[in-house]
Amino acid sequence: MVVLGCVVFSQTVNAQTETDALMIPKNYFCAAGIYTHNSWDHYWEGTFKRENLNLGTISSNVYAVGGNYGLSNRVNVLFMIPYIKTNASAGTLRGQSGVQDISLAVKWLAVKQEVGRGLLSLHAIVSGVIPVGNYQADFLPLSLGMQTKSIALRGLVNYQVGRFFVAGAGQYVRKDNITIDRDNYYTTEMHYTNQVAMPNATNFLFSTGYRSLKFNAEATLTKVNTIGGFDITKNNMPFPSNNMDATLAGGVFKYMFQSIAGLELTAGGNYVLKGRNVGQNLSVFGGVYYVFSVKKNKSDK
Amino acid sequence: MKKSISYILPVMMITLSVFNSSCKKDIQERNQDYPALAPTNIDLNADTWTPILTGASTFTVATPDAVTAPNYLADLNEIKSYQHNLTSEQKAIIKYWSAGSVLRWNEILRELVAKHNLPPYQNDDGSYPFPSAANPLAYPLFPFSNPPYAARAYAYVSAAQYDALVQAWKFKKQFGRPAPYKTDASIQALVPKSDLPAYPSEDAVVAGVTAKMMELLFPGDLDFIQKKVAEEKLYRIMAGANTRSDMDAGEALGKQVAAVFLARARADKAGAAIGTPADWKAFEDNTAAAGNTPWISLELPKRPPMLPLFTKVNPFLFPTETVVALRPAPPYGTNTPEFKKESDEVLAMSKDHSREHERIVAFWADGVGTVTPPGHWNNIAADEFVKHNFSEVRWARNLALLNMAEMDAAIVCWDAKYFYFNPRPTQMVMNIKTLTGIPNFPSYTSGHSNFSGAAATVLGYIVPEKAKAFMDMANEAAMSRLYGAIHYRSDCEVGLQTGIKVGQYAVNRGKADGAGN
Repeated sequence: MVVLGCVVFSQTVNAQTETDALMIPKNYFCAAGIYTHNSWDHYWEGTFKRENLNLGTISSNVYAVGGNYGLSNRVNVLFMIPYIKTNASAGTLRGQSGVQDISLAVKWLAVKQEVGRGLLSLHAIVSGVIPVGNYQADFLPLSLGMQTKSIALRGLVNYQVGRFFVAGAGQYVRKDNITIDRDNYYTTEMHYTNQVAMPNATNFLFSTGYRSLKFNAEATLTKVNTIGGFDITKNNMPFPSNNMDATLAGGVFKYMFQSIAGLELTAGGNYVLKGRNVGQNLSVFGGVYYVFSVKKNKSDK
Repeated sequence: MKKSISYILPVMMITLSVFNSSCKKDIQERNQDYPALAPTNIDLNADTWTPILTGASTFTVATPDAVTAPNYLADLNEIKSYQHNLTSEQKAIIKYWSAGSVLRWNEILRELVAKHNLPPYQNDDGSYPFPSAANPLAYPLFPFSNPPYAARAYAYVSAAQYDALVQAWKFKKQFGRPAPYKTDASIQALVPKSDLPAYPSEDAVVAGVTAKMMELLFPGDLDFIQKKVAEEKLYRIMAGANTRSDMDAGEALGKQVAAVFLARARADKAGAAIGTPADWKAFEDNTAAAGNTPWISLELPKRPPMLPLFTKVNPFLFPTETVVALRPAPPYGTNTPEFKKESDEVLAMSKDHSREHERIVAFWADGVGTVTPPGHWNNIAADEFVKHNFSEVRWARNLALLNMAEMDAAIVCWDAKYFYFNPRPTQMVMNIKTLTGIPNFPSYTSGHSNFSGAAATVLGYIVPEKAKAFMDMANEAAMSRLYGAIHYRSDCEVGLQTGIKVGQYAVNRGKADGAGN
């Protein structure tokens, strides 16, 4: 649920960095500040779609800072760290706030080749997530995150003809067990431990759009699939190892100032079209990037 | 392109190996590590212990065949045929059940409680459906095993198991038939050997009595229950510990004992505990008439209060009159300065973002979809009892004392809740935010505190060296409800004291039941 918020969140942020085919050149650094607002008032218990008057609208405000450094023209290193505040508009459950997880990624432009009239590129991205804040994972839908370490591999294909492109990406996420505050819990059976086995996940993205030196516009379709996990039973609480799936449609816009070199503005959003054990989240974000060289007057490109 | 591929492959290989070796995926759960039960004392005199309900009952167990009879020899051959070629799955069954029959059935019961501890989803018109025992698999599933329901279920199952084992011990001593591994040297004992006579089997007695009790308590899960019964019967035979005739006789005796408990349960007034709209209205009117603010449901849509007439259920440890005698003094009136002071404290807790408070609240929350607070104390008891190598009959007796105290604590607590019908902090102070869900019943006194006070008292009697540790846990459980901003301090403190008083009744029973300790 908020997880979805987080999933959506990381995707919207990653769409600018990890999931797109854009690289920054060697010795350049891109500093990013992004604000995301997530909200939903309907959710799926398994496949049963409902609202909950005792929660009202679940929302979160996410303030993230990140960076992208060009280790070389073909290898970029990225990080992102968000502060999140969650809220339920009805009922009495207390929202949470704090720093969530740091995500780190290495993005490698493995292939760049002219094919036909366009340019084909192939990226491989290794990323990892490490929880930073000591937040409570087992407090869905108001927890900040899942408190799970994870490592992910992504492949990204991009084909650009002139200013138009299509891209497809597939990701596999392997997740670590998490520790919760309880020492027993029920999934589809009892467990006598404070460890929770987190199901792995896949993530597929299709995007298409327009890129110029001044302006980018992109439409995305994302499918997040948890491999395994269990359904929330009727009128039960969500749990970190639920089978959370979602299909999202979104858009990303970016404007690059010509007057101030390196300054970019971005905005976009994502909406869950269909889900399972997640909230029907609407996520909107806006952010600022500033790209600059860290070596004065010395760029290889 | 070729040049790229030459280094893509090695990099991908390294990455994949890092990928696969990162992230832990194995979990070893506590109850998987329980060792095979090898009682330090087989409690051969347990036939003289005082049963709960069946002191004057008569049960029949057929005289077993002699160990030289063809039927018995056939039974032994069955064991040998299993032992000749045990599969790994069969060995796993033996390992699982060898931890103890009472223990494993207590776990099975906890699992069913957690599965069924879900409040019904509302109808389209905002009313709520009630589960029906007559149609347990229709939504809402029967039962909704909320804390009072669960407390009663644990109590009946544990008490019935205890009586069934006391009765079994009588027949064991009467017939004196040894275990198969003693009558035939070629039969291996795949569980620790025991000098306890094998007929009727104590495991089968427990399986028989428990499965029969489940027909009342969890009627929609009998397929699961019967699978467990069949598995346990097979386990004892495969392990060389009992013959099929030991098992059949035990199961039959267990069912007979269950009949006595089922008769009590069907007449104990729990079936009417939901009450009627007129009952619910009367609580409200009586409280308003006393000049106090009555409790209202904080759920949307408003849900009828949880089992308001549970207070009328017949307790195990004392007569109904004692319930009223144990009722605590009234809570602070909603217009008093003391009430204001306590409300302010709850608000302060609500604003306290200490991670330790969150941890304590979550650890003891035992809300929707859990084993409930009485179940949590069964978890604690089981983890502790495993260390003491109690005999099956002592396991049952100890859990019966614990769970009768929990059920009676529920009755006494519910009496105070509905007699005073006082509001939750969040009803009175709108800006209080809670760290856990608000249970759908009045505030005074805290159920968790009653359950925990009673449980810690009983467990402290059974394991005296841990008495302080248990009471510290009970205190933490009680205070978790204040930290969670769903109870006033007095709800917790008075609830704990009342629970301790109830627990003392179980201790007094334990001191007099002949089991010693």
